[in-house]
Amino acid sequence: MTNALEIKDLKKVYATGVEALRGIDLTVVAGDFYALLGPNGAGKSTTIGIITSLVNKTSGTVKVFGYDIDTDLVRAKQQIGLVPQEFNFNPFETVEQIVVNQAGYYGVPRKEALKRSEKYLKQSDLWEKRHVRARMLSGGMKRRLMIARALMHEPRLLILDEPTAGVDIELRREMWDFLRKLNENGTTIILTTHYLEEAEMLCRNIGIIQTGEVIENTSMKNLLAKLQFETFIFDLAPYEKEPVITGYQSIFEDQLTLAVEVERNQGINDLFEQFSAQGIQVLSMRNKSNRLEELFLKITEEKR
Amino acid sequence: MFNLYITALKSLAVKETNRYLRIWVQTLVPPVITTSLYFVIFGNLIGGRIGQMDGFSYMEFIVPGLIMMSVITSSYSNVASSFFSQKFQKNIEELLIAPVPTHVIIWGFVIGGLGRSILVGTLVTLISLFFVPLHVFSWFIVIVTLLMTAILFSLAGLLNGIFAQSFDDVSIVPTFVLQPLTYLGGVFYAISMLPPVWQAISKINPIVYMISGFRYGFLGTIDVPIGLSMGILVLFIVVLYSVCWYLIDRGRGLRS
Repeated sequence: MTNALEIKDLKKVYATGVEALRGIDLTVVAGDFYALLGPNGAGKSTTIGIITSLVNKTSGTVKVFGYDIDTDLVRAKQQIGLVPQEFNFNPFETVEQIVVNQAGYYGVPRKEALKRSEKYLKQSDLWEKRHVRARMLSGGMKRRLMIARALMHEPRLLILDEPTAGVDIELRREMWDFLRKLNENGTTIILTTHYLEEAEMLCRNIGIIQTGEVIENTSMKNLLAKLQFETFIFDLAPYEKEPVITGYQSIFEDQLTLAVEVERNQGINDLFEQFSAQGIQVLSMRNKSNRLEELFLKITEEKR
Repeated sequence: MFNLYITALKSLAVKETNRYLRIWVQTLVPPVITTSLYFVIFGNLIGGRIGQMDGFSYMEFIVPGLIMMSVITSSYSNVASSFFSQKFQKNIEELLIAPVPTHVIIWGFVIGGLGRSILVGTLVTLISLFFVPLHVFSWFIVIVTLLMTAILFSLAGLLNGIFAQSFDDVSIVPTFVLQPLTYLGGVFYAISMLPPVWQAISKINPIVYMISGFRYGFLGTIDVPIGLSMGILVLFIVVLYSVCWYLIDRGRGLRS
């Protein structure tokens, strides 16, 4: 199977001397839903910029569905749809003008572009707003417009750079469903996000970049298997005597909130037995943070 | 691939045309008002006292220069501000990520500048009809000079847009370079009226050749040979086009 993206020994040194990428290798198979994660300034946006021709690389190779960006740039570009982090459409143009023009830049004739605009604007719930100037849209609508615009030439690889930043939870979930369907229909998706729950829910494979190097490139399953422990938060009912928990690392965050580290394969039955034995009533229980988040922090901390 | 490029060019040209039509109060009305004032003040009020220039009334003499002045200003400022705005708002990225070659990007913006300047030039010509009858010596020369000048200054505007870092940079060149060169380029007088030294100095100003060529098309009178005017226009177009192509292709101010 052709890889959707093949990056080899990609380096980028900016004119300021900043070494943003120190020779990264990355492969994303066709049909994948891939998460590209990393702290701010790690090199994610530089990588995306190089793939999409917004940043000139210093050295290395990038192939998109087998098309090398050095020798077959036009075909490589035709395969890619980009949803950038910042709104970068003309706010004075109407929604329809924005998507139809973008399709035109990819060679889609106007008649066909108008047909597609109906399809993608309806999917994005923006059809009723097609004659509205983009600056009048809400934040969520603007995000959806960027996705609709990126889909107009029906790319095989869709790159989303923090697509749900600042989007409310309801809309975020709608977007997840939309992206899942898109992926099921064959579009390869690369996603960068700071919401690690989003990456865990959507993506099958994951790459983590830190200080310009790929420090993890594996399946989500394999990565999560590395998680040695999870931290749970227990909200307790008022008690007479402070509970004593043995066999677990625990700490009181406040008088009625207990954080307990549970090692992998350790189980939490014994914990509840200890609470019951001491007459402590547990009102609720939750993860301290998302599993991937915990792992992400651990990995990036280790490599620092 | 050719069809892709033609479709991309059409899209960019439509986008650019929509832009100046959408803001017609800013793009089409001001040059019409300004040149109307020139017609009234210099042509009607003062012109009557100046007498004949090269066998034509002063009003007839300044009409080609004033049309050319509005064409130069419109084509330049249209492309400079449109390109810089797209850089500033980052929607130039829509073009940069798409399979649009640099030649198409350049021509897309030039068509925008060309369209606006032709429209403004036509409106100014229509206004001039209220003051003097239209006198055309050679439609061919008029059209060719108009198109080449509009292309040249669209390219110059593009170059300004490429280098501009702020909106101030977009207005500095028109105010401090373009306007003085246009006024000194023979809009209101014939270069032959100047002392020999100033005639020689004036001939360094490329706008002299454009106004002279355009006036030749209307009135049949020339300050410099028409062949030289055309040659200078072609030379500047080739040089500016090559520089714009090189800078955009290298991503100057567009790609890091």
